[in-house]
Amino acid sequence: MSGTWHFICKVDEIPRSGGRTVHAGDISVALFRLTDDTVKAIENRCPHKNGPLADGVLSGGDVLCPLHNWRVNLDSGEVAAPESGCVKRFAVKVEDGQIFLEL
Amino acid sequence: MMKKKLVMIGNGMAGVRAIEEILAANPDMFDITIFGAEKHPNYNRIMLSPVLAGDTTIEDIILNDEQWYADNDITLHLGKRVKEIQRGYKKVIAEDGTEAEYDNLIIATGSSPFIIPIPGHDKEGVMGFRDIDDCDTMLEAAKKYKKAAVIGGGLLGLEAAKGLMHLGMEATVIHDQATLMNMQLDSIAGEMLRDDLEAQGMNFKVSTLTTEVTGEERVSGLKFKDGSDLDCDLLVMAAGIRPNMALANDCGIYCNRGIVVNDYMQTVTDPAIYSVGECAEHRGIAYGLVAPLFEQAKVLAYQITGQGLKAYQGSVVSTKLKISGVDVFSAGDFMTTPGADVIELMDKVGGVYKKIVLEDDRIKGVVMFGDTADGPTFFQWLQDRKDVSELRSSLLFSASGLGDSGHSGIDQASAMDDDTIVCGCNGVTKKDVVDSIVKGGSTTRKEITACTKAAGSCGGCAGLIDQILASTLGSAFVESDHEPICGCTELNHEQVKEQIRNKKLTMVREVMSVLDWESEGCQVCRPAINYYIGMTWPEESDDDRTSRIANERMHANIQKDGTYSVIPRVYGGDTDADYLLRMGEVAKKYDIKTIKITGGQRIGLYGVKKEDLASVWSDLDMPCGYAYGKALRTVKTCVGSEWCRFGTQDSTSLGIHLEKQLDRIWFPAKVKLAVSGCPRNCAEATIKDVGIVGVDGGWEIHVGGNGGVHVVATELLCIVETGEEVEEIAKAYLQHYRETGRHNERCAPWQQRVGLESIKACVVDDLANRKALVERMHLYLATQESDPWQDRIKDEAKTETREFNEYRVINIKEIN
Repeated sequence: MSGTWHFICKVDEIPRSGGRTVHAGDISVALFRLTDDTVKAIENRCPHKNGPLADGVLSGGDVLCPLHNWRVNLDSGEVAAPESGCVKRFAVKVEDGQIFLEL
Repeated sequence: MMKKKLVMIGNGMAGVRAIEEILAANPDMFDITIFGAEKHPNYNRIMLSPVLAGDTTIEDIILNDEQWYADNDITLHLGKRVKEIQRGYKKVIAEDGTEAEYDNLIIATGSSPFIIPIPGHDKEGVMGFRDIDDCDTMLEAAKKYKKAAVIGGGLLGLEAAKGLMHLGMEATVIHDQATLMNMQLDSIAGEMLRDDLEAQGMNFKVSTLTTEVTGEERVSGLKFKDGSDLDCDLLVMAAGIRPNMALANDCGIYCNRGIVVNDYMQTVTDPAIYSVGECAEHRGIAYGLVAPLFEQAKVLAYQITGQGLKAYQGSVVSTKLKISGVDVFSAGDFMTTPGADVIELMDKVGGVYKKIVLEDDRIKGVVMFGDTADGPTFFQWLQDRKDVSELRSSLLFSASGLGDSGHSGIDQASAMDDDTIVCGCNGVTKKDVVDSIVKGGSTTRKEITACTKAAGSCGGCAGLIDQILASTLGSAFVESDHEPICGCTELNHEQVKEQIRNKKLTMVREVMSVLDWESEGCQVCRPAINYYIGMTWPEESDDDRTSRIANERMHANIQKDGTYSVIPRVYGGDTDADYLLRMGEVAKKYDIKTIKITGGQRIGLYGVKKEDLASVWSDLDMPCGYAYGKALRTVKTCVGSEWCRFGTQDSTSLGIHLEKQLDRIWFPAKVKLAVSGCPRNCAEATIKDVGIVGVDGGWEIHVGGNGGVHVVATELLCIVETGEEVEEIAKAYLQHYRETGRHNERCAPWQQRVGLESIKACVVDDLANRKALVERMHLYLATQESDPWQDRIKDEAKTETREFNEYRVINIKEIN
């Protein structure tokens, strides 16, 4: 997967343990700032019923979908058992407190 | 005394179970040596399908690890295949030359998948499904190949196909009969099973004989008798098993379909040699399911340790399919012949089918699809030859005959007889499970499994075990105060609350680090901690928005398509023309699809986009209705004495006043009130958290009711004369609930837990305490945001606090 790096926003615009939605063409990306200030990006669509993951609650390295609490891992994109499924992951980097997303 | 030497060939489930039974009967009788051809210790072969399907892992299905063998002084030769039994010298020789002498020998070599000898069956990519190596082969194949075919639409074939699909392969099942699992299901259930599996994406070719495997070195396709063909790059043969009996046959032990044994599991040729498991043939049958094999193991152990005679009489078997989301059960002889006595239930839409075949008022066979909860009970009755003539009319609705009362907490487990088998795989009765709880002190399913083996094989009875646990431990189980909040901590709600108060903890993160949380918290504990902090330290703490779920963070209710609903307050359900006009204008401006009168006497706008929320609120300029949160929802009222000719009290005014007073307070769970103007109770006050009913000269205050899933009627707290007293007592009651309720616990269960009498003492009888409670509520209210919507509108204007911001990336060329 390779593409262009796009500037999205400053890290400080997202609270710790918070998420934001990024619209990119037809794709919606969920951007998260973890407690250690690392930033993760996955597809903003739960494999279960298309719930907006960006609005979910973070729990460690997972996000819990706001609709039915499916647990999606931010690193692997995999849904935790007993459910199954997978979301796309996107590359992100932080430079000088600014978040860039590769699309 | 010299120990006797016992050698076992084979290290599988049946054999090792026999060894376990022998050790239990007499641990000092034998020096035991086991030869296993596989390189793994004994594992739960039945669970290979779930491993393939990703529901469990290899590590989790190991039944006896190497430590177990060591602890029991068993000499274990893993990966050594025995090539010869020398009966004259009483010894066995492995391929690598290892020898072992025996006084008694157990042959437990199991079985092998039957590879149909059609042309091309020896090509690469053609395999059986039997052991961990096969499992690994499939896992590897799925990385490279995409099209799998499975010959055999029986239990194993379907589970294998499902597993391969889980690994991302396309799977086609080829079956030579018209009905899937035709050994275990009738044609109707087979059809329903097929529909279900097709809906899951499995492909089928039934009534089809495979004639050739095509391809170069590796399989690339199949040819069928009807002339058609199929592309595939992996072929699993699941067309039955063949007992492994060559070793026995070669040394002159009589074999037929399997190694022939008597009722004591001794080979009929040599009484020093026993056989158990899938390789053994007893009264003409070689069993392939685990339950009979465990029974055999028990009989063998009795015999070999000289405990007395306990004959094996053969088994009636029951079957359960291990595919998630598909429930199938069958037992006994269920094939219908003309004139047979059959009871059937068919619910095509609901996907439920049950059939019981009776003979002389006794169950002869049963097939169930969709709802299999009563399967074990029916199976028990079948074995007991229980007369079911009196239960005929309700038999298929519920074996336990509970009927409607089944909803009020009585369950299947409590209605079961003590000797009913709960775990069919391991032959564990209800009494065994109860004993393990009462005498053995087990309090979790894991402990019960460790103690009795129940739910340790196929796991199909896990739910039943939980029910027995609940009904045996009774209130201790349900009300266990030691139940932690969630998996992140060992502490329960009360302990966390106490620590927050005593240590003056005012931040969620602080609580988790001081109290040794095992993770960064989850959607259960973080909102709970946030609530307890806000309730305990209203002036000293700030709300942690990231510890709130989406609804409470957005101050709107997330809907199934990701949009939100907006529901402003309509105090007491009392509105006016201006309000309605404004509502209509906003709905038009934002193209709101649905405008709904809610169940709580207010108006909801549904389908609002997240980025529109702030402007919708701003245009509405109405107070937030908290329709999304653990807060006061509505105060439902009737029109009362102002209009109603029966009305004795002004219920609307009191309702409006209460709703304004209790607005903007976070509670452990949502709170609903109602005020009725007379005992006709049109506002349905007696199923609310707090329900006020006007009577001549006063008000009744009812508390702890609930509509919804479990309807609970309120209990009468007290009767007072004035509206002021109603306000004071309602506030005291709700503040007491805020302080002693557990997060996510509604008033009704809280009241049942702490008891009405104790609540009455705190909020009615003890006047000083009542005033103190109200005082604390007012103190809390003073710290609360003016109105969350107005506050959010202001926040959204500032970049750093924007919650609803969505970012856009333009000029996208290509997205992978």
